[in-house]
Amino acid sequence: MDQVVLMQGNEACVEGAIAAGMRLFAGYPITPSTEIAELSAYRLPQVGGKFIQMEDEIASIACAIGGSVAGVKSMTATSGPGFSLKQENLGYACLAEIPIVVVDVQRMGPSTGMPTSPSQGDVMMSRWGTHGDHPIIVISPSSVTEAYYQTIRAFNLSERYRTPVIFLMDEIIGHLREGMQMKEAEDITIVNRPTVQFPDPKRKPYHMNEKKGQMVPQMAPFGCGQRYNITGLIHDESGFPTNSPEEAEKLMYRLMHKISDNYKDIVRCEQVNMDDADVAIVCYGGTMRAAQTAMELAREKGIRCGIFRPVTIWPFPERELTAALKNLKKIVVAEHNCGQIVLEVERLTRGACPVAFVGKWNGTVITPQEILQKVEEA
Amino acid sequence: MSKMELRLAGSGGQGVILASVILAEAAVQSGKYTAQSQSYGPEARGGACKAETLISDAPIGFTKVQQPDFLMALTQKALDKYTVSLPEDCLVLVDESLTVPEKLSGHRVLCLPILRAAKETVGRAQTANVLAVGCINELLGITDAETIKKATLLHVPRGTEEINLKALTEGVRLASSASGQEKAPAVRAEKKKGAKQ
Repeated sequence: MDQVVLMQGNEACVEGAIAAGMRLFAGYPITPSTEIAELSAYRLPQVGGKFIQMEDEIASIACAIGGSVAGVKSMTATSGPGFSLKQENLGYACLAEIPIVVVDVQRMGPSTGMPTSPSQGDVMMSRWGTHGDHPIIVISPSSVTEAYYQTIRAFNLSERYRTPVIFLMDEIIGHLREGMQMKEAEDITIVNRPTVQFPDPKRKPYHMNEKKGQMVPQMAPFGCGQRYNITGLIHDESGFPTNSPEEAEKLMYRLMHKISDNYKDIVRCEQVNMDDADVAIVCYGGTMRAAQTAMELAREKGIRCGIFRPVTIWPFPERELTAALKNLKKIVVAEHNCGQIVLEVERLTRGACPVAFVGKWNGTVITPQEILQKVEEA
Repeated sequence: MSKMELRLAGSGGQGVILASVILAEAAVQSGKYTAQSQSYGPEARGGACKAETLISDAPIGFTKVQQPDFLMALTQKALDKYTVSLPEDCLVLVDESLTVPEKLSGHRVLCLPILRAAKETVGRAQTANVLAVGCINELLGITDAETIKKATLLHVPRGTEEINLKALTEGVRLASSASGQEKAPAVRAEKKKGAKQ
């Protein structure tokens, strides 16, 4: 039987992480993500895990990377100011292919901004914050229940593809308490990283069986007896740096394609009442809640309104949006920033229908009426 | 469909968020949908603090209060701030120590000695929030006596169960003895009926 419990979005993230197998949390608390560190400190020792508060956000992600290299599923959590600091090591985890989950509970910025106010200003940063071309997976939940299950999925994707996954929450969901639907533990799928069966000194740490179409190398946990090099420099199969253009291209191609070739497994989006919709509200994260009410109000007024919501923000669900475009007369994008996802929507729409924008960046939330107004402006 | 929007306001440290959480817990325990959130400044104590609980028979979209059915204020600052554009049928509960502003002359305002009763009758000033929960449940009929007790015990710190239950009981008593006139209106009675299972 499914059980309903009152839970906060941040708490659901921790419980989801533990259910997924997280056994190390390294963090430096910051509003509005603090409850994630707080609850991790309380819960991890109960399940044989470790919590460590590091000296800052850079050390926190470094610690999570270290824990993961040693074979332990690891997470760190922060908000905008700390997410800025984590970018360097995020790129390192991308290139060295270390699975970690990085939670960013967005708050109003830039800089330290408004610590307790909602925002979705880190959307482009989550895609491009660390330098250089790199693949990334970003997931954004719209309810407490989803915070739980999508955290599990964030870990699963991180493990399967040996890549950092960013769990992009916002203050609206992070600090929201509502009834959460708990499924039985056996109904949850847990994915573990590809791991070597036994230490083999001759084995190249980034070797892949290309004939079998392998895109993700098996990982040997540090401490298992196999010694190898991990670097942020472009490396070959041996794990040592190389300046070979061929090796560089091969590695970059694989890094990008291990994500893009698995679009179907990684990308999720929710479409509500889109079958007959003339107008679609595109939104994600906490903004979905205002959009839901706006859609209901619009339907009451006889407007055929639907919602298109990326759950995976990056890679953006472009196939689904492109398919949905055929029947749409108008799109309204709602987000708590000056316009970030709207750029992606405009790029995919290519003028097929008008794209209106509802944005907010003053620390308050977008109301259903503000979205409805744009929906009505035909 | 019955829906209630509750806003509790006070000063950081008074426990209005916890009160709001207990009410949300009571809703979940009664099989209802709820959304609870809060807004506060960067200060740990002393800043203005607002907590909101939505309770509904149907899933909740927008999670913030738009048309409050109920407002409680424990400080003058909170009362002055959150009574701007308050719907006419919103029931207002304030601590007796506050001055009710002119603009609330058309509203049903209930003044109860929440802070004083916590300190003097219950014996601990910090229990004012749970005492308020008792008042609110009695006024709005969110759930039955057993469920509100259970919800309270799930959220108060360990070791304070006894004194908080005392505060809860005192809150119920205060609200029920506060004569019927303020809590009488028909809208309220109808919602109360809908809210009970």
